[in-house]
Amino acid sequence: MEHIVIIGNGISGVTAARHIRKLSNKKITIISDETDYFFSRTAIMYVYMGHMTFEHTQPYENWFWKKNNIDLKKGRVTAIEAPSKTLHLSDGNTFNYDKLIIATGSKPNKFGWPGQDLNGVMGLYHKQDLDNLEKYAPNNKVCKRAVIVGGGLIGIELAEMLHSRHIPVTFLVRESSFWNGVLPKGESNMVNREIKAHHIDLRLGVNLKEIKSDENGNATSIVIAETGEEIQCNLVGLTAGVSPNISFLKGSKIETGRGVIVNRFLETNFKDIYAIGDCAEQQIAIDERKPIEAVWYTGRMMGETVAQTICGNKMAYKPSHWFNSAKFFNIEYQTYGWVWAQPKNNEARFYWEHPNGKICIHINFDKDTRQFIGINTLGIRMRHNFFEKVLNEKKSVDYVIEHLADANFDPEFYKLHEKEIVAAFNKENQTNIQLKKKSWKRILSI
Amino acid sequence: MKTIQHTGLGIFLTGLTVFIALIFLGEYKVSPELFNTVVTNKGIKSELFINDIKNNVLEKTFTSPFKFSRAVTSAIKSANASHKQNSEWDKVIWDKPHSFSYAIAKEAGIGIVKEHKWLFWWLTFGLGIIGALLFIIPQLITLGAPGIKNDGIYHKPATNRGWIGWCVFTFLVAFYVLLYFRPDYIVNWTYVVDPISKSLNGNLASQWFLYGFIYCVVMLVMAVRMYIKYRHNNYQLLRTTSVLFFQVVFAFLIPEILVRFEKPWYDFKNAFPLDYDFFFSWNLNELIASGGLGLFILVWGVVLSLVIVPIMTYFFGKRWYCSWVCGCGGLAETLGDPYRQLSDKSLKAWQLERWLVHGVLVFALVMTGFTLYTYFSGTAAVLGIQTQTIQDIYGFLIGSIFAGVIGTGFYPIFGNRVWCRFGCPLAAYIGIVQRFKSRFRITTNGGQCISCGNCSTYCEQGIDVRAYAQKGENIIRASCVGCGICSAVCPRGVLKLENAPEKGRINPTEILLGNNVDLIELLKKK
Ligand SMILES: Cc1cc2nc3c(=O)[nH]c(=O)nc-3n(C[C@H](O)[C@H](O)[C@H](O)COP(=O)(O)OP(=O)(O)OC[C@H]3O[C@@H](n4cnc5c(N)ncnc54)[C@H](O)[C@@H]3O)c2cc1C
Ligand code: SF4
Ligand code: SF4
Repeated sequence: MEHIVIIGNGISGVTAARHIRKLSNKKITIISDETDYFFSRTAIMYVYMGHMTFEHTQPYENWFWKKNNIDLKKGRVTAIEAPSKTLHLSDGNTFNYDKLIIATGSKPNKFGWPGQDLNGVMGLYHKQDLDNLEKYAPNNKVCKRAVIVGGGLIGIELAEMLHSRHIPVTFLVRESSFWNGVLPKGESNMVNREIKAHHIDLRLGVNLKEIKSDENGNATSIVIAETGEEIQCNLVGLTAGVSPNISFLKGSKIETGRGVIVNRFLETNFKDIYAIGDCAEQQIAIDERKPIEAVWYTGRMMGETVAQTICGNKMAYKPSHWFNSAKFFNIEYQTYGWVWAQPKNNEARFYWEHPNGKICIHINFDKDTRQFIGINTLGIRMRHNFFEKVLNEKKSVDYVIEHLADANFDPEFYKLHEKEIVAAFNKENQTNIQLKKKSWKRILSI
Repeated sequence: MKTIQHTGLGIFLTGLTVFIALIFLGEYKVSPELFNTVVTNKGIKSELFINDIKNNVLEKTFTSPFKFSRAVTSAIKSANASHKQNSEWDKVIWDKPHSFSYAIAKEAGIGIVKEHKWLFWWLTFGLGIIGALLFIIPQLITLGAPGIKNDGIYHKPATNRGWIGWCVFTFLVAFYVLLYFRPDYIVNWTYVVDPISKSLNGNLASQWFLYGFIYCVVMLVMAVRMYIKYRHNNYQLLRTTSVLFFQVVFAFLIPEILVRFEKPWYDFKNAFPLDYDFFFSWNLNELIASGGLGLFILVWGVVLSLVIVPIMTYFFGKRWYCSWVCGCGGLAETLGDPYRQLSDKSLKAWQLERWLVHGVLVFALVMTGFTLYTYFSGTAAVLGIQTQTIQDIYGFLIGSIFAGVIGTGFYPIFGNRVWCRFGCPLAAYIGIVQRFKSRFRITTNGGQCISCGNCSTYCEQGIDVRAYAQKGENIIRASCVGCGICSAVCPRGVLKLENAPEKGRINPTEILLGNNVDLIELLKKK
């Protein structure tokens, strides 16, 4: 029986394993040393905040793996010998495979800051980081202030986490506004306001210079590069992005760039070795996507795809339209298609913001053809299905505006803002679009 | 703010302490006149009992309800024992001993509580309500801006099965045991609500009036908490208002007022088979005897269960009843909300649930079958089994132990819907309708789920919502009561409770939306 070995029990590796099991009876082993069972990395914040226990983050009960005949092996792979199809483990043992899937995910970036390895300096990625956080920041007596370096999705989650335990937070963001490499101005500003409303000491346009320590190697303060200001703190969170966790591949002759280089079939330069998820880097980026996509959904999709290939139905990784979501404190964010931080030449925008400053919608469309390109919403939930269809069928922005009621996915009885949005759009674009009533026929295509 | 809350907590605990202490206050003394009335009213023929009481109870002062109860119930028991032995069936006292003892104690009580009912109302209910509100209302500020408020739930001993949880558990279980099985211990509690009972139905308060009153008060106070906690979520606000309305008006005020006009006590929203004694002969007889209204109730009860329940469920799902109307649901969604995360999500629990809840439904239906057969044929036994025995077993095991002691008492341990999930025969019935013939579903939003697990954690029905959401599948489950909390707590906007055409309601998916369109098509064709 063919033996499929997967390194990494994150969403990518586990999805691949589940789908291979659905499609075949091949022998499957997942190797990882982070935790015994698959858990949702995306949920670690809720454990620290006390919304859930760690067990709740495990999507499958512990009997699941045995029942589905998926072997779990606890261990760390230190090297891969591709020609002999052998893995070397940190305990000195070796392990053979017929086909190998590398799904080792990411690790937090550290940019060589002085003091970056001190006690109390940490990223937020692995289960061990969560344990560390409990150690260095269990409450605001032990941790009198925390400094977070890097304004991305993980940084803001860490800020919310610490805030939930009443720990004062200083948030250093290199950009002039939160996540404005991705979010356009309106959205970015709204998030800035939300951060400040939670009494986070948000510092925009600043960089970390160094982290200082006491004689025991515990972090005690940080210094800001631009101003030289020193801020006392007991915890420093490094959340300036992530990069593929592939240093163990050095010397394996598996081709790497920032990540493991793969073609559209998620194959590496060695036959029978594949890479998926955060650690995979597309030789040539797909459409407008980045070559490395470090998000949950793409990891899952790659897992679904590679399982087909391994089970004899060779299949290219060809994701459909981009989508993503996040939550900034109390404000939910969703995106479908593309809304760049800066409009491209052919693009026109429509931005509507609720007077309360916590809800907005931002649509990107083609100036000339009026084709819909993408949408961001803050504080409004949208129907994935609707936008998938709109993008597939290359509908116009006017169609989207007209059918906003079909698109809305807010819970029942929520106050809807469609009328205001349509009116604002009409005014701005000299159009006369009438909002259509929600139709199940259209939504369900029946 | 914290000081206000702490003061509130202190006041609340004072009220609670006085409430508990009430049990031990006051004395009981039966006068010959009182006893004569009891003997006449109840038609007691047992001279053994009468003599026993005359020798051991009459004109004696009992300093605690326990002693009094023991004296009366032991008199009943020993009298009954010898009557039964001698087959003197007409002399046997068939009343439940503690209910009998309650009826006498209610009249025989003397002392400070009975003399100052309103004062003690304020010292118990008054302080409790004021204290609780002082604790709850500042949450408007302390919890911060509107949004999901689950910080620290698993750090707090009140909500993570810690010591406070166990204390609440003990109190609730004790309360239900007293209420159902030892009403004669809690006579003092009923004095406190006598004035309110009088003004509503014209009578002194029974233990059931007391229970109904506490139920409403608790729901009202805890609804305030819900309003604050979910103030960003209109679904929750409306739903809470609705259950509150149905409890206070339909389950409490209307029935009590009916009694005032000498009509049968009836809760118009309580559908059979949750209302398991609807077809019991005493109920049917009472309804038939009370004229037009009685007949209307009879027809209404049948129509409600057989027509309205399935039709409403077809259009709106089980939630229309369980989360918008039902009293048990109402308590679970208000008093029980802090405990919803404690429900068991394992597959084993789901298996147990299906056996138990459908077992109770079958039990209820069989019992009703027996009851109706007995009613119309006049034979007391069917297949050699006494109908009365089955009714007693059901009333004890399901009606009291399961619905009350376990159903509510275990909130802080097993979560707030233990009864609704494992025991309620009506829920089982509606669930079958919802599963197979309904427009209701929880739509999963394409591929947006990040498998975080908030939805499953906060599902009071122990449904592993994530198991569906992370596959892109809609959630169609018999047990879903449509509380909407999974949708509320989802940080990615994945879940939406909807009523929509049945077509496409069940959507098993192999892979999720957002992946290769060709792949999705390929797998769909297979
Ligand atoms: C706090 C946080 C919040 C996030 N929130 C979101 C979100 O809301 N939405 C979203 O789309 N994405 C989110 N992400 C990103 C998302 O979690 C990742 O994209 C995803 O987990 C990547 O999955 P993966 O399977 O590729 O890798 P991983 O989940 O990183 O799994 C890789 C596993 O391999 C193990 N491993 C690595 N090297 C070895 C080795 N040599 N030997 C053995 N085992 C090894 C690792 O220990 C790890 O267990 C978040 C990430 C974090 C950290
Ligand atoms: S699935 Fe959602 S709506 Fe249904 S009972 Fe569970 S939490 Fe409530
Ligand atoms: S809460 Fe939402 S994102 Fe989290 S597992 Fe449930 S459906 Fe998925």
